[in-house]
Amino acid sequence: MSKKEWPLWEVFIRSKQGLNHKHVGSLRAADEQMAIDNARDVYTRRSEGISIWVVESANVYASDPNEADSLYEPANSKVYRHPTFYDVPDGIEHM
Amino acid sequence: MENALFEYLLRLGDDSLILGHRLSEWCGHGPILEEDIALTNLSLDLIGQATAIFEYAGKVEGKGRSEDDLAFLRFDKDYRNLLLVERPNGDFGVTIMRQFLFDAYRKPLFERLVNSSDEMIAAIAAKSLKETKYHLKHSSEWVIRLGDGTEESHNRMQDALNDLWKYAAELFYEDEVDATLKASGVLPDMDSLKSEWEQTVTAVLEEATLKIPENNWKQEGGRKGLHTEHLGYILAELQYMQRAYPNMEW
Repeated sequence: MSKKEWPLWEVFIRSKQGLNHKHVGSLRAADEQMAIDNARDVYTRRSEGISIWVVESANVYASDPNEADSLYEPANSKVYRHPTFYDVPDGIEHM
Repeated sequence: MENALFEYLLRLGDDSLILGHRLSEWCGHGPILEEDIALTNLSLDLIGQATAIFEYAGKVEGKGRSEDDLAFLRFDKDYRNLLLVERPNGDFGVTIMRQFLFDAYRKPLFERLVNSSDEMIAAIAAKSLKETKYHLKHSSEWVIRLGDGTEESHNRMQDALNDLWKYAAELFYEDEVDATLKASGVLPDMDSLKSEWEQTVTAVLEEATLKIPENNWKQEGGRKGLHTEHLGYILAELQYMQRAYPNMEW
């Protein structure tokens, strides 16, 4: 028996209410069509979604956790980047 | 024929129940996690169909039998499923080939039954058709992948086809039950059902580089309650709880 494994795929599902596809997990499949079918069977059994994207995990480029210090910490001290310093005028709803 | 509708519903429901049970045997044994879940999804679709069909069958019969009574408390000769669906699972290739031959028949069947003059049958067919379209897509793709795959997978699929082919003719078994229901409009015209099945099967098997066996030997009997020894084992497992603990609910 061959020990070759099928490639890993990342699965993104858009829910009925949602506007964007969200990462829900990963699975193995021989190609993109099988990945979509498997995602349907594994990740939409409880009516989780109405649209599926799959991306081969090998095609995902990730940031390096070792660089977290220099990548993310500088933002911590820039509280003024949050739009929370404005007074919202009366009568503006849903803010 | 008085009980034609009841008889037909048993045929329809037993195909779903027995194949659903066969597929449930894969639970925890699938070749990969993803396919394990896919097979149990198919199983649950089929058992759901059986539930709806038996519920209606019980009403049609008018003897107060529930869907559970019909599923769990009949003897083997009272089951009307095709011999094809009681065939053992074998390897994954055999299961997929059995599924494909069945799905390729069930999809056009439901496409016709949605036009039944019987509203319940039409409604059950409409719901089941959506499920069956996916089943056929799933099994077709696997037949093609495995048939046109490695030498090993190709040979296994060809063996599965050679073994199951003699049970395929029974898909189109018809007798006075069908004649009665056609006369009353419950069953729409089924003339092109077989040719549509043949078209699907020929196209998929060709793409899968598999050869339809030349042997035309046919084996049938399920529709009349004459089963292979395999059904007994299925029923032993399926009915054990209700026989051991009558009226048990959970």
